[in-house]
Amino acid sequence: MSATRKALFDPLISNNPIMLQVLGICSALAVTTKMKTALVMSLALTLVTGFSSCFVSLVRNWIPHSIRIIVQMTIISSMVIVVDQFLKAYLFEISKQLSVFVGLIITNCIVMGRAEGFAMTHRPLISFVDGIGNGLGYSLVLMTVAVVRELTGSGKLFGVTILRPVTEGGWYQPNALMLLSPAAFFLIGSMIWAVRTWRPEQQEQS
Amino acid sequence: MRRDSALYTVVFAAGVCVVCSALVCAPTVLLRQRQALNKQLDKQQKVLIVAGLAAEGERLSGPEVQRRFEQGIVVRAVDLEKGEFAPDGAVPDLLGYDQRRAAADPRLSVAAPPNRARVQRLPRYATVYVVMQDGAPAKIVIPIHGKGLWSTLFGFLALERDVRTVEGIIFYEHGETPGLGGEVDNPRWKARWQGRLAFDDRGEPKIQVIRGPAGPPADDPYHVDGLSGATITSQAVSHMLTFWLGEHGFGPFLTRLREEWRG
Repeated sequence: MSATRKALFDPLISNNPIMLQVLGICSALAVTTKMKTALVMSLALTLVTGFSSCFVSLVRNWIPHSIRIIVQMTIISSMVIVVDQFLKAYLFEISKQLSVFVGLIITNCIVMGRAEGFAMTHRPLISFVDGIGNGLGYSLVLMTVAVVRELTGSGKLFGVTILRPVTEGGWYQPNALMLLSPAAFFLIGSMIWAVRTWRPEQQEQS
Repeated sequence: MRRDSALYTVVFAAGVCVVCSALVCAPTVLLRQRQALNKQLDKQQKVLIVAGLAAEGERLSGPEVQRRFEQGIVVRAVDLEKGEFAPDGAVPDLLGYDQRRAAADPRLSVAAPPNRARVQRLPRYATVYVVMQDGAPAKIVIPIHGKGLWSTLFGFLALERDVRTVEGIIFYEHGETPGLGGEVDNPRWKARWQGRLAFDDRGEPKIQVIRGPAGPPADDPYHVDGLSGATITSQAVSHMLTFWLGEHGFGPFLTRLREEWRG
């Protein structure tokens, strides 16, 4: 596999930022009650990770070592603000639902992790691909969790009723636990367990 | 200059700041108008829905929202202290008037008395929406807000011409738990408000969200079903209505309006 393909596809399963590195859990809990918000969050994070890694890599040879983290943060926060502004202007409804979580991409460990761990030592193009790849890995987990939570928690997918809940005259009794954050923990935990059973090399040696 | 010298570090940091601020400013400035318009349209659409001039979930284009709004609704300012419509011109640029910003400005607001809706400050002037039908006022829409479990809920309450019967309630901004407190947005729950009575015979605010289901409006006019799994949000809605329909909120104004519209 070429280096570019590896940077793009490795983070999906073999080196998933959430499942293997267990980063970026906070937003995975918060925005996965609905698929629509999870999708927009995934897109936002993927774009931010890609572009911030690219920009960090562009200036990597000029960044003074002592302030490198704060420089990365500055670049990341700028990207996040730009994305947030576009959401407010063009996807107003969804930006209202995501509220503070778009802003909190700044503190998402994945973005920071890729900037410090990859972009500081690689060329811009491959850093960009690596950022996008990790964003997609994050998106994969987010969307999987959101499918389960929205379907079992509200009987819907993308806001379309699949299982008609009792409150709307149907038969399905929504599981309110799935709408609370612990449910995402259980789901992500189960996914980690499943992947590590399938790929035993991911198991950590104790 | 060495890459780790103090001077280089300062110069580099300054450079990054300049570039990044330009990057952040450009879209902020360019998109500001669009964002403000979105906000205003969203609010206007919520007013239309609560007033029964647009259906829930109906997809309306921006110009269509504005057309219906201009056609069916008159925006007025209310002097909360005096409990009457403010004279014309008391609030310049009424459409652009931001009641929330005014409530944060000490010159335009007063501290609210302690209340269970946890409203901190009251603006001198509040914006209300008079719904017109065939040239005569038919309904009144008032803004309400109060603290829920996680967030402050902002919304509107619409009353019919008798200024007692509820036409509808809607929230345009909140951060309650989706599926639990967030069900304040559920159209089926909102539909349960229609036809209930906000005030008792003596004009005291009486409507409450109760635990469990309420009877049909004719038998149980002062109660609305609670949201299951969302006790605090349900109570918050009760508290906010008690406050905004009461003596420190729109109570005196609505009493006066009831007399006025009866005649």
